[in-house]
Amino acid sequence: MSARPGSKLEFRDPVRGAALTEALATRARGLGRAPVSVMHVCGSHEQAIARFGLRAAFPPELDVIMGPGCPVCVTDVPEVDEAVALARQGVRIATYGDMMRVPGSSGSLADERARGARVDVVYGVAQAAELARTGEQVVFFASGFETTAVATAAVLLADPPPSFSVLSAHKYIPPVMEIVAEMPGSKIEGFLAAGHAATITGYGVFERFVARHRVPVVVAGFEPLDILAGLVRLVELIATGEPRVDNAFPRCVNRDGNLPAQARLWKVFELQGGRWRGIAHVPNGNLRLRDEFAAWDARKRFAIDVAALWDHAPPALVSQCQCGDIMAGIASPHDCALFGRDCTPDAPVGACMVSSEGTCKIWHQYGGHPDLRQVRRRA
Amino acid sequence: MNNRRHVDDRITLKYGAGGGAMRALIEQIFAPGFGEVAGGVGLAAMDDGAALPIGPGRWLVITTDAHVVQPAVFPGGDIGRLAVCGTVNDLAMMGATEPLALTCAVILEDGFPRVELEQIWASIRTACEEAGTTIVTGDTKVMRRGELDRIALTTTGVALTSRVVTDNGLVPGDRIVVTGTMGDHGLAILATRGELALDAHLVSDVAPINGLVRRALAAGGDGVVAMKDPTRGGLASALHEMAGKSRVGIILDERAVPIRDEIRAAGELLGIDPLLVANEGKAVIGVRAAACDRVLDALRAHPLGRQAAVVGECVAERPGSVIADTGFGRRLLGEAEGELLPRIC
Repeated sequence: MSARPGSKLEFRDPVRGAALTEALATRARGLGRAPVSVMHVCGSHEQAIARFGLRAAFPPELDVIMGPGCPVCVTDVPEVDEAVALARQGVRIATYGDMMRVPGSSGSLADERARGARVDVVYGVAQAAELARTGEQVVFFASGFETTAVATAAVLLADPPPSFSVLSAHKYIPPVMEIVAEMPGSKIEGFLAAGHAATITGYGVFERFVARHRVPVVVAGFEPLDILAGLVRLVELIATGEPRVDNAFPRCVNRDGNLPAQARLWKVFELQGGRWRGIAHVPNGNLRLRDEFAAWDARKRFAIDVAALWDHAPPALVSQCQCGDIMAGIASPHDCALFGRDCTPDAPVGACMVSSEGTCKIWHQYGGHPDLRQVRRRA
Repeated sequence: MNNRRHVDDRITLKYGAGGGAMRALIEQIFAPGFGEVAGGVGLAAMDDGAALPIGPGRWLVITTDAHVVQPAVFPGGDIGRLAVCGTVNDLAMMGATEPLALTCAVILEDGFPRVELEQIWASIRTACEEAGTTIVTGDTKVMRRGELDRIALTTTGVALTSRVVTDNGLVPGDRIVVTGTMGDHGLAILATRGELALDAHLVSDVAPINGLVRRALAAGGDGVVAMKDPTRGGLASALHEMAGKSRVGIILDERAVPIRDEIRAAGELLGIDPLLVANEGKAVIGVRAAACDRVLDALRAHPLGRQAAVVGECVAERPGSVIADTGFGRRLLGEAEGELLPRIC
């Protein structure tokens, strides 16, 4: 597979951006109370917001919070422990780069690799399945939301080698939105939903959520103009008190989504409850392999000895880590005493500082500083 | 800065990435005991080279570079051209634009093809001609198979100058000029590496820019106050170093930075910011506002400076930080973390 880059980048016109920023400010001010909190649930949204400096352009009346939108960050310690234990038992592990350094209760996969375990970074599940073609046992430690899970499903449906198996840490986004909306003291008045996940699920998937919680959801893409337009629409819906789903990413998303992809997803995976790191037990939040795929389910194929990892007390700094509150949207990285001092991308304490979609990593790289707009030039 | 970050027991790839980890390594291990040169520039300054005073208003500038780029031959150049340009350009960044001579040490792996060595040496010869310099001495070593990945070159260059330009002379109000497009070398090298499956023809910008810099210095005079070549770590690392050493903030107008369309698109596709990757034929020049137009005109009149542009301005606030104005809002321009692109030069 190869990709040919195009030559033009659309949806990055600063002039239209300025118009949308102005519209957002007018509408946010028009709500007549401040701040109004909205949440996005996607690391790619936070990436784009940070990279284009949008936070410095949002009106002060609007508080745009990042929720539990980083699949690497919400992978819970016991799931990392399963992968680490398998690696320690001598099984070859393949996983995405970001998963390497996510800390479990006794270190990360990167630590295991440094001690001699075989751990490969792959760009996709198909590459992991290829590694297993030699006949060697290869376990793909799979993370990601429903978009990525579809890719895992496709490989499992395409006759993978018998020596290949999957340790699924895949997660399903809609249930955790319910958890966040129901959190005591939640001030979230609207959600910006992830456009790429909605290309699979369709925006219809949020209709039940909106009906139940009476808060609007707007599906948005990832270019700066997409995000600004999505937020304008969201604030409009908050203003009119209209709890409905709106699609601000129509060039990719429709109501029903990608039906063949959904069929593959649900043929291979089923929903189970499970803990999301730092947040809560999320009913139906985990995507796990169905019994029909037991032959490729690492949890059923191997006796995974996680208990052996639990002799170690977690490092002292871990008790101060605020990743959970940050992912739940009730704290920002600047509320954490470790941020940028004892916890950096080189030496992360929490998972949010590991992944390129983690709030702390993104804020550390780009600065989540609305006050940058006040720095003045001389002339 | 906290130093918990860069005290690992082993030297990992991040220490070669041209960012904070590498600077920490120099400060902690290499510089102690060697630091200062009275009346000149020594290791402690961590500039592009050293300047040794040899008489009133006269300095000998010296610099050295090792080259391990993989692949050794890439679109737009090869390791030989890179070695000459890297050294000539580092001299130029100190204000020494007329290199007297270079040395070149060649380390080869057992079995290296003679024809490839001849090609690399031919391009060293061509690059020396372009830069107006020559190789005057060298060294050759051959290592057993597996002890080296094919070839490594080390070049040292010397030049005389009557004015030393450091990388720390910025004050608030100064303008930041780049001499051309950013990101070309780094993304061209990356695109040649098969695992990324990128079907695009990107060309390295590797070139000796001493002639270009000579024009800028002649036009700007004392108005040229700081220079740095944005090699490893790209424009981001160069600006961070200049801002940090000069104790100023820099506001970078991201939209003003010249980037080729195909480089921008490849960067998007790979998730790599062209501002974080190496250039090998460009300079970042700090200029007093009054001299800015003269310098810009001089640069643009030279074939290697046609796309020169003013990209930023120094401010008194936030010393040491680089703020990117994206056109939508503002953010900090971070440096590359970790092993983004090993063996780029």
